[in-house]
Amino acid sequence: MLQEESDLSLVIAQIVQKLKGSNLYAQLERQAWASLQRPEIKLESLKEDIKEFFKISGWEKKLQNAVYSELSVFPLPSHPAAPPEHLKEPLVYMRKAQGSWEKRILKSLNSMCTELSIPLARKRPVGEQKELLNKWNEMGTDEPDLSLFRPVYAPKDFLEVLINLRNPNYENGDSLSFRTHLGLIQVPLKVKDIPELKEFFVELGLTTGQLGIDDSTQVPPELFENEHVRIGQKVLAEQDSAAAQQYIRQGSPTALRAELWALILNISSQPEDILYYEQLKTNVIQHDLLVDSLIYKDVKLTASNDDYYFVFEDYLYQVLLCFSRDTSVLGHFAYNSASPPKSYIRGKLGLEEYAVFYPPNGVIPFHGFSMYVAPLCFLYHEPSKLYQIFREMYVRFFFRLHSISSHPSGIVSLCLLFETLLQTYLPQLFYHLREIGAQPLRISFKWMVRAFSGYLATDQLLLLWDRILGYNSLEILAARAYCQLL
Amino acid sequence: MILEKDPKPWNQNYKGHGLSKGKEREQRASIRFKTTLVNTLMDVLRHRPGWVEVKECQEASGPRVADTPVVQREPKGSRQPGFVEGDWDFYWCDVSWLRENFDHTYMDEHVRISHFRNHYELTRKNYMVKNLKRFRKQLEREAGKLEAAKCDFFPKTFEMPCEYHLFVEEFRKNPGITWIMKPVARSQGKGIFLFRRLKDIMDWRKGTAGKKLTSSEAQPARSAVNPPGGHDARSSEDQKDEIPVENYVAQRYIENPYLIGGRKFDLRVYVLVMSYIPLRAWLYRDGFARFSNTRFTLSSIDDQYVHLTNVAVQKTSPDYHPKKGCKWMIQRFRQYLASKHGPEAVETLFSDMDNIFIRSLQSVQKVIISDKHCFELYGYDILIDQDLKPWLLEVNASPSLTASSQEDYELKTCLLEDTLHVVDMEARLTGREKRVGGFDLMWNDGPVSREEGAPDLSGMGNFVTNTHLGCVNDRKKQLRQLFRSLQSQKKASS
Repeated sequence: MLQEESDLSLVIAQIVQKLKGSNLYAQLERQAWASLQRPEIKLESLKEDIKEFFKISGWEKKLQNAVYSELSVFPLPSHPAAPPEHLKEPLVYMRKAQGSWEKRILKSLNSMCTELSIPLARKRPVGEQKELLNKWNEMGTDEPDLSLFRPVYAPKDFLEVLINLRNPNYENGDSLSFRTHLGLIQVPLKVKDIPELKEFFVELGLTTGQLGIDDSTQVPPELFENEHVRIGQKVLAEQDSAAAQQYIRQGSPTALRAELWALILNISSQPEDILYYEQLKTNVIQHDLLVDSLIYKDVKLTASNDDYYFVFEDYLYQVLLCFSRDTSVLGHFAYNSASPPKSYIRGKLGLEEYAVFYPPNGVIPFHGFSMYVAPLCFLYHEPSKLYQIFREMYVRFFFRLHSISSHPSGIVSLCLLFETLLQTYLPQLFYHLREIGAQPLRISFKWMVRAFSGYLATDQLLLLWDRILGYNSLEILAARAYCQLL
Repeated sequence: MILEKDPKPWNQNYKGHGLSKGKEREQRASIRFKTTLVNTLMDVLRHRPGWVEVKECQEASGPRVADTPVVQREPKGSRQPGFVEGDWDFYWCDVSWLRENFDHTYMDEHVRISHFRNHYELTRKNYMVKNLKRFRKQLEREAGKLEAAKCDFFPKTFEMPCEYHLFVEEFRKNPGITWIMKPVARSQGKGIFLFRRLKDIMDWRKGTAGKKLTSSEAQPARSAVNPPGGHDARSSEDQKDEIPVENYVAQRYIENPYLIGGRKFDLRVYVLVMSYIPLRAWLYRDGFARFSNTRFTLSSIDDQYVHLTNVAVQKTSPDYHPKKGCKWMIQRFRQYLASKHGPEAVETLFSDMDNIFIRSLQSVQKVIISDKHCFELYGYDILIDQDLKPWLLEVNASPSLTASSQEDYELKTCLLEDTLHVVDMEARLTGREKRVGGFDLMWNDGPVSREEGAPDLSGMGNFVTNTHLGCVNDRKKQLRQLFRSLQSQKKASS
């Protein structure tokens, strides 16, 4: 009991600390001061009266949403004395593997840099700045020569690294047995089996209504759809994050989706947010980064060629270029097994005072990265809001898809989950595919790394992402990949 | 005649959608088809069970040409005038053949051909505008201003050169707006340009069109007067024999188009008309949105790539990457709008589009020669503006059937298959069907309602039309069920 209590108070302390620095805190403080003018606030019962006022005016709800958001994102500390690396990734061999993978990426980036003799970053001359500013809404019309650039890595390179991942403490034995895992991933992580998945995804059961299935033309809307939409509208009216997250497990109606996602991710477009985005835009205008060319190349190769997302090409540049300048993203490395690459000012190699993170947000884009943003363009049209949503989606979910960790939503676990499901429930198919040299993970890996973006029709994809938000987990991707092979 | 009849409950007096009787209903051992088009149409016709391609056509007074599997286009003017017995049951012809031969071709009762004789009343921009204006006036007389306002889906248009002075008047009333000049009878975006100053068209008048203008101005302004019978075949024939006169229309340019991703687009929708008197029209569920490759801005009037969304024009734009295709299926478009504006706004938009299809057909109903041999598959081009109001750009009698991508190929082959199902050469349908594959019966001498039990959105007992543009098209399943039940009905009655 004591342990739980002290854990809880630790969590509370951490959340309070985190929120104290946030904008919400400042707003609440202002509101509290302003409320003193109100007649119903009496000096004798000041605390209760202000609390009551917050409840009525909806500020309590906002606070609740913020707390809920923190709980969803930050992992609970396992032990007060746990070092920060453990928060990133508890297993040593995983940390080591991630470290060496990062070294390889950086090497690749640096060699490209030297080959092309392009600096990692440079200040743009004024004329170029003006030109870029004019073209900001149609950067897609630019046709820079990108032929010499190549993506730093592609999902299949990453897969090779995962395949070679081994736990030095684990002895698999050479003899085949029931327990032998036939797939490519050979690390002993715990993944859910079907009974556990059923329990976890209880709202996706056959007896519960689902959007995408129970709203098809054959089913009369009175049966499920109408009621579901009504509840959705109510949830939005209440502005309750937790309720929205619960609600969306059954899928979101098309018209409500944009607002629901914003509510769950606790995004509200405040003037400060818009200002922040504008600041990032200014950074883009003033400085040119090598990473920008990588982003351009990626968009041209993937999203621009997609039958549905080509329309949103310009938005993708506006989001991704700003994203790479956003130092607030560095915060997520506290719980990401990856670490941001460091770069040194020319001539000061090794001197810590002259080290900067490169790119400023610490995230090096790979082939297909822009596809994380593309589906969001369907829902959000205002650039700063689109940006916020994407950033939040990245620091909550997408980063796990390209870093090596033992987290149940990390890509390693997802691959293992996929293969285990296949081996357990479709063993003949699995065996056959192995025999003909087509390991199923090689097919499904790219689907999962991209969270199926570009591999599913947009309406299907958005319904899938509804569930990612609803269950705060990426395991649905592995389940979906497994179903694809059924 | 009031057009908005009291909607009859669907099960009373339900009219069949017009099946042929008697001799035409005989089952034929094989159906001989002919077409000059290749690509998707040829694939669909060749794969249809029981359909045989007609070998090279026999000239009236010539030796029979050796059997060749490919039907070749007959050189223009080579046919001898006089009656020639057609040796085909079905001809998907092109409009030039129609113009030259329709009047001298005898067709059996069962024979079908893919165009109406004077379709240009709807598809040539100047005739369509005239017919619409006339129809609108008639509506205003009979049913009042409100009803007539439902015809305000085409931008203000003036025929050139005969309405030049009217145009100048309108132009002066609205200084600074943009106008678009379109040749009346060309396709694929050829010859179109935008202008804001009268000076721009003065130059154009003096230039290419100058000489032709004077020659047509000298003639009595035939086109300004609207003979009750409409423009008959002879007058257009006359025009053809003389120096070809380039007729243009000047139309108010829609300056606030709805943009997606900063790009302009238009919608291509397919409407199948089986007869005009009575008016029977089907609407296909699939269609697509065609995007301009470049970002929309009014400042670059000269950049025709920005403003014209025909795929043909886009293909020549320097930005064009063939892999892109720059098309969205209309289902995708409908979803995008619904997530942005909500389902009610989308319902309103789509029912406004239904209104466009029906009114445009009604406006030419009395003018088009409704030959029972004829049917026509129209391609409607619709532009949406920022207030979600749809505008009719034009109607195509020969919408492109060439596929620009795999998805496009599937759409067009399914469209053509379903067209042939509705035309029903095999005499399988009962005539009571409201849906055949991807086609929904939109108008059957009156509005057609959805199945019973479907709740209507407005809740005021208003009519819910039987159109599903941009909705799920589960045509394979529907066709399977349809034909299965037709078969069992036949067995039961035999």
